[in-house]
Order: sequence, then structure tokens, then C-alpha cells
Amino acid sequence: MLRLEKRPNPSKMWGYLAPVLAVIATMIGGGVMFALLGKDPFEAIRTIFYDPLFSEFAWYYRPQLLIKGAPLILIAIGLSMGFRAGIWNIGAEGQYIIGAICGAGAALAVYPFDSALIFPVMILCGAIGGFAWAMIPAILKTKFGTNEILVSLMLVYVAEQLLASMSLGLMKNPEGFGFPGSRNLQQYASAHNAELWAGSGIHLGVVFALIAVIFSYIMLARHQMGFHIRLTGESPKAAKFAGVNPNKLVIYCLGFSGALAGLAGMFEVAGPSGQISIDFNVGYGFTAIIVAFLGRLNPFGIMLAGLLMALTYIGGEIAQSSLGLPSAAIQAFQGMLLFFILALDMLTNFKIKLVNAEVRT
Amino acid sequence: MTKTLLHLNGLTKTYPGVIANDDVSFNIEAGEIHALLGENGAGKSTLVKMIYGLVRPDHGTMQMEGASFVPAEPRAARAAGVAMVFQHFSLFEALSVAENIALGMENPPKASALSARITEVSQSYGLPLDPERLVGDLSAGERQRVEIIRCLLQEPKLLIMDEPTSVLTPQEVATLFTTLKKLKDEGTSILYISHKLEEIRALCETATILRGGKKVATCDPREKSARDLAEMMVGGKLNLADSKETTLGELVLEISDLSLPPQSAFGTSLKNISLRLHQGEILGIGGVAGNGQDELLACMSGEVSTTAEAIHLDGLSLGHMSPNERRALGVLAAPEERLGHAAAPDMSLTENAMLTAMTRKSLSKSGFLDWPRAKDFAEQVIKKFDVRTPGSQSAARSLSGGNLQKFVIGREVLQDPKVLIVNQPTWGVDAAAAADIRQALLDLAAKGASVIVISQDLDELMEISTSFAALNAGRLSAARPMVELSLDEIGLLLGGADAAA
Repeated sequence: MLRLEKRPNPSKMWGYLAPVLAVIATMIGGGVMFALLGKDPFEAIRTIFYDPLFSEFAWYYRPQLLIKGAPLILIAIGLSMGFRAGIWNIGAEGQYIIGAICGAGAALAVYPFDSALIFPVMILCGAIGGFAWAMIPAILKTKFGTNEILVSLMLVYVAEQLLASMSLGLMKNPEGFGFPGSRNLQQYASAHNAELWAGSGIHLGVVFALIAVIFSYIMLARHQMGFHIRLTGESPKAAKFAGVNPNKLVIYCLGFSGALAGLAGMFEVAGPSGQISIDFNVGYGFTAIIVAFLGRLNPFGIMLAGLLMALTYIGGEIAQSSLGLPSAAIQAFQGMLLFFILALDMLTNFKIKLVNAEVRT
Repeated sequence: MTKTLLHLNGLTKTYPGVIANDDVSFNIEAGEIHALLGENGAGKSTLVKMIYGLVRPDHGTMQMEGASFVPAEPRAARAAGVAMVFQHFSLFEALSVAENIALGMENPPKASALSARITEVSQSYGLPLDPERLVGDLSAGERQRVEIIRCLLQEPKLLIMDEPTSVLTPQEVATLFTTLKKLKDEGTSILYISHKLEEIRALCETATILRGGKKVATCDPREKSARDLAEMMVGGKLNLADSKETTLGELVLEISDLSLPPQSAFGTSLKNISLRLHQGEILGIGGVAGNGQDELLACMSGEVSTTAEAIHLDGLSLGHMSPNERRALGVLAAPEERLGHAAAPDMSLTENAMLTAMTRKSLSKSGFLDWPRAKDFAEQVIKKFDVRTPGSQSAARSLSGGNLQKFVIGREVLQDPKVLIVNQPTWGVDAAAAADIRQALLDLAAKGASVIVISQDLDELMEISTSFAALNAGRLSAARPMVELSLDEIGLLLGGADAAA
């Protein structure tokens, strides 16, 4: 009989080993799934993990890694703060959409006026939009004790409806021949989130993601707020004894993650995507949950996990087009990663013991 | 000439990493009250679990009245005449006394017959109990009677009692002892587990002392002093706290008419609590847990805020302040629950030092934390309070109960409090650590601080308190100097006799 036994001290080794093993386990599990779908598992795994980096078209895919990784990292950093404190913002996708709508809205409202101030205002509006959307579950939770998981998740669907309405109505491009979708901000110099170096994939959102990583690292390791967040996650009662105000923490964590998700949406709409459209959001807000856990809620871990996840996105797209894998298979593959990381995470705090059956009390 | 009821021979039980029992042999004679004495972790529980068939020994044998005794499960042990009253009761609150007893029986008789039998047994042993009452309405002492009667209905040859007096008032203890002596006279053997030495000397004629899983001695406790027994139990010299005569200083803390509605469905409300605490005073607050102890501590620590005027420190009202504002003023607290309230289980001792000492030890500058200083402070606590741990980086949960409690108390004491409130400071702590903790509290008061000790352990309160008040159903009796009080008066206070005063 196998039994889990709690370790007296969390294992450092397993802390590092668990994410690596999770990736390997996902490759094996995913390989089996691809084989069952009738594809060559080795080729599929190579296409997902190797081709984006080293194939002959890698010059195109490598910048994509940063473009796709930046929003994931930005959102996941925000989420990780709350997750550590046991505050579950599942609705980053919605905050991402609202951030994009607010950021783009600020630019479209003054189109075609040119000013160096427009882009900073868009950044601010994006962050405020995401923050405000996250305040809905935050205030409902602190005032009425509602569950932030449900409320934030439901608001994703509200945001999606709002996005559709914006692309079909208020923000529809007047010169767009009736097609849904806003003007393309890539063609509006003051509002365009252009690459800082052409072809590098580095736009301002990538820089913000890096700043967020460093900021949250300092916050968690050195600042009182970070300590209180960790303490609340470990033991809410001890946190209260230490003087933490749980309501303030809910507002802070949801607000912070909402603002970062809003920023991610704003950088996306002003740069790689270019316009508000019905299918603007592609699930970064949900995938970031996986990224946060795969990175063990550690800022630098999240950075690596975000890049790895971006890799599976890009590799997954290649596999879809070249091998004909269904997109659901790629999503299942990404889901496996979360499944394995959570399962293997147990081993940092528990060890598996083989025991003889015995009568116990 | 007594005859041996149960003979234990070389019982050994190992768990991974610990030898719970190592070659333990002794005899329990027919019709004796045999004490099993030892600190927490000495192996008392494992030993009785082997006798009761809950755990099988690795080596060694048992003989019951000369025949081999190998109980595979509790049912077999019960069939052989062994009954046990556990420290934690297993009763259903929503059922009546008779229904609870019927649930534990193999072939329960009809309800009316059972009730008659319960009444008969309860009367003949001086354990008044109405079989029709709901267990939820009974006091801790009455619940214990249910468990005892449940055992007596089996007419056991050996009755095992695990720490039976820990939840009883002095009057209830006296009733229990009468019952046990009567049982003994009728020829029932009793194995009595306790760490309360005076009790054992009053009740038992034989005592077996365990330390670190091994039998240290079997002796007659009436011939030994409590100190001798304690030293055998601990295996060294014991620092018994020496209370000094202290003259009360000025009024420091005053609580006036503090009331609090229940904080949860199972919480207790506090009703018009008033107390005055002076410099150098140790106020002992007695009472069975669940009478408002946790709530009172939360009101003092600031985890629950009250009206500003309810609590005054040196004339300054602070009932509305947050925990850290109170810490800045010198009001510190150590809650009962060590892991998960006083300390975060998975965090290191350094981080746990930060938990309460951030304000008073200036471990943070404009929000940024000074970890090296926190580490220094944690190490200071570890050193001064003899906390046994590999170092300040160890997780709190890796420490034993006694060591963590020393850390938790030490962390507050070394912050130089003006007022310190502790709840059950030595609950579940071994005797040596408990003595150290009591001494630390006495030293703190001697230096001029004021201390409130909330405890269920009357011996402890009598040992260290200068004044005493009882908490009963959320009401606090008026505090009285400890020296004026007799045990009987304390018992009456605990029962709520003085609650209106």
C-alpha cells in the first residue's frame, strides 16, 4: 500500500525537479495521445518543442516566442500574487479584454490626432480597465462574501460579449467596408505598440513583462506586502494574528492581477493583434493560470514557464498545419502540463512511502 | 496475596524513525490502580493501544490471567475484559446518553432495559447521569461519565483511563476518584494514564514510569515525592518554577464591560468582561476550553476589534486598534494554537519571527523587510529559550510541540512586552519545557511586565499566578488574589458560582 507522508521541511530538490519532470511527463503523455490520434509521437513532440527554435523557419518563430510569451508572463505574474494568498482570480481573460478595449478606445477616441502622449494614456487606460474589471469580484467578495472564482470567471463571458458588441458597434472601423473590427492601430503611428528593434519581437509589453518579474520578485522576497501575501496563503489565521487585513489583501491582489492583465491586453491590441475584433482574445488569460503554477508561483519560474508555454503555442500551431493535429489536442497537451505539475508538486511537501497494512486509529 | 491480571513481557513497537516502546515489561495486579506515567512522546499511548488491540507489538507477549493475550482488534480486547476511556470522547452530541451507549454495544438491549441499566450503574458508582438527556447539553465531566458507564456496562476486568482529569473541575475530579476507588474495591484493575503527579500519589498504589519508550521504574508513588517522580519522568533535574512574592504596581491594563457576539456558529459570546491588570501581576484565567478563551485572546491581540473604550492601556483606549498598533504600544499575545495561528507551519523560524516582531524589533523600514535582523532575532529566541532545532531556517512544523511553544513564547517575551497575554501556554508540552515556559513568564512579571495566563491547567495557575479569575460561558469572575483562594473556592468559580460578581 502506498501512503503519502508529510515531510518535516519542504524539499528544495523536488521544488526544482517537479517542473522539469512535469514537462517530461507531458511529453510522454502527449506522445501517447498523439499516437492514439494516429500521428507519429516523436515527430509531433519535435515539431512542438524543437522546430520553433531550430528549424529553417526559426528566424520567424523566435521573435514570436517573445510576442506570445510576454502577455502570458505579464498576466501570470499578476495572478501568482493572488494565488499565493489563496485569492483565485480565474477571470484574467476578461480583464485582458477590457484592458484592450479601454486602451484601444482611448486611441480611437482621438483618431487621427497625433501626439506622443497618446501611447502613455493608452497604457494607463489599459491598466485601469483591467483593474476596474477585477474590482467587481473584489468588492463583491469583501462586501458580500461572494466567491471570487465564480464571479471573475463569469465576467469573462460578459467581457467577451462586450468585445463582440464593440467590434460590431461602437468601435467598428467606419472605413472597414462593414466588416466587424476596429481600425488597425498598427497603421496609427501614435497608438502603435511597435517593436523596439525591427524583427526582434521585443515590444514595450515584453519590457513591461520583465519589469513585472523583477518587481514581483522584490515584492515577495523583501517587502512587507509580499510577506503578508505569502503568510495569508500559508495560514490565514496566522496572517490575521500578524495584523494582515484580509479585505485589503483581496483588493490588492485582484487589482494588481487585473491591472497587469489589462496591460497585456492593451499591448496586444496596439501591437501584434492591431485591432479590436470578435476573436481578439485567444485564451492568454486562462493559459496564464497554467504558466503561474508551472513556474511554481515564483517570478523567475513564471518567466521560464511563460516562454515554454509560448513554445507549445507556436509549436502547436506548426503541428496543426504541418501534421494536421486538431487544435483541441494541443489544448489537451497544455492541460496535461498543469495536471502533471500539480501532481508532482505534492512531492515537495510529501514523500511516498510503502507501508504494510496495519490497523490504525 | 494479589494475583496478576495482565502480564506484559518485553513489548516493543517501532515506527519509522522512532522506537515508541522498547522492551517494556510490567504486571498489572488484580484490583489495583496502576499509574502509567510519562511525558508526551514517552510511549504511553502506544503501550495502551497495544493492550487495547489497536496496534500490534513487533516483539513481546502479553498474558491475561495466565493465558496468552493477543488482541487483533479492540473488539477482541473488549471480549477479554479490557475497556478504555479515551482522552477525546467519541460521542454524538445530537443523540441521548442511552443512544450513544447503545451505539457502542455489540448487542444492545431494548431502550427501556438499557436506560434502567444505565441508571442502576450510575447510581451504584456515584456517577449521576440521566440516560434521556442529549449529550450536546452535558458538561465535559458528564460526558466522561457517559464514556465510563459505557465501559462499566461491559463489566471489565481492566479499565484503561487516558488523562481523565484534564477536562474536569476539582469537584468532578473528587467524584471520579471515589468511583475509581469503589471499582478497585470490587476487584477491577485500573490502568491510569496521567502526568499529574499529585493525582497519582493520591490515587494509585503502583506506578510505572516510561521515558523515551523505555520503562524507567515501577514504584509505589505514595513513597516518592512529586519531585522524585517528575525527575524520573524527565530524566534529569527539573527546574520547578519558583514564584516570588511580588507587590503589585500601578494599574496598567483595564478592560471594562467588554462584550462580543459569537464570531462563528460554534463560537462563544463574551459577556460584560471587566478586569484590571497591574504592573508585575500574573492574572491566571481558569476554565474549561470553549468558554470564551480564544475570543478573549482575540479581543486582546487585536484580531477582533471592539469599541475603543473597552480596553485601556495606561489610560489610552485601544479597543479599536489593529494587532500591530497594539504591539507598538507593548501589548503582545501568544494564542493557543501553535501551528496555524501563532506560527505559520511551512515558514521558517526566521519568517515566523518576522510574523509578530516586525513592529517592535524594527525589522522593517518603510515597508522593506530586514531579513538578516529577523534571523538574528530568531536565533536569539532559539538560544535564550533553548529551542531544539537545526537552525532558524527550519520550518515551524518540523519542531516538536514543546520546542515550538518555547519559540512562540520566547518570541513575545524577548520583545519586552508591557502586557503579555498567553492562552494555554503549556498545553501538550513536556514537563521540562512547561517548567521553562512558566519560569520565563515569572521572570517577565518580576521585571515589571503584566501577564495574563489563560489555562485549563489549575496546577499551573496555582503555581504561577498572583491573582485568579474564572471564565465560564463567556463571563469572567472578579479576580481574587491567589493566596486567598482554596481549591474548593476555585472549583466553585469555575462552575460559574461567582459569574455575576
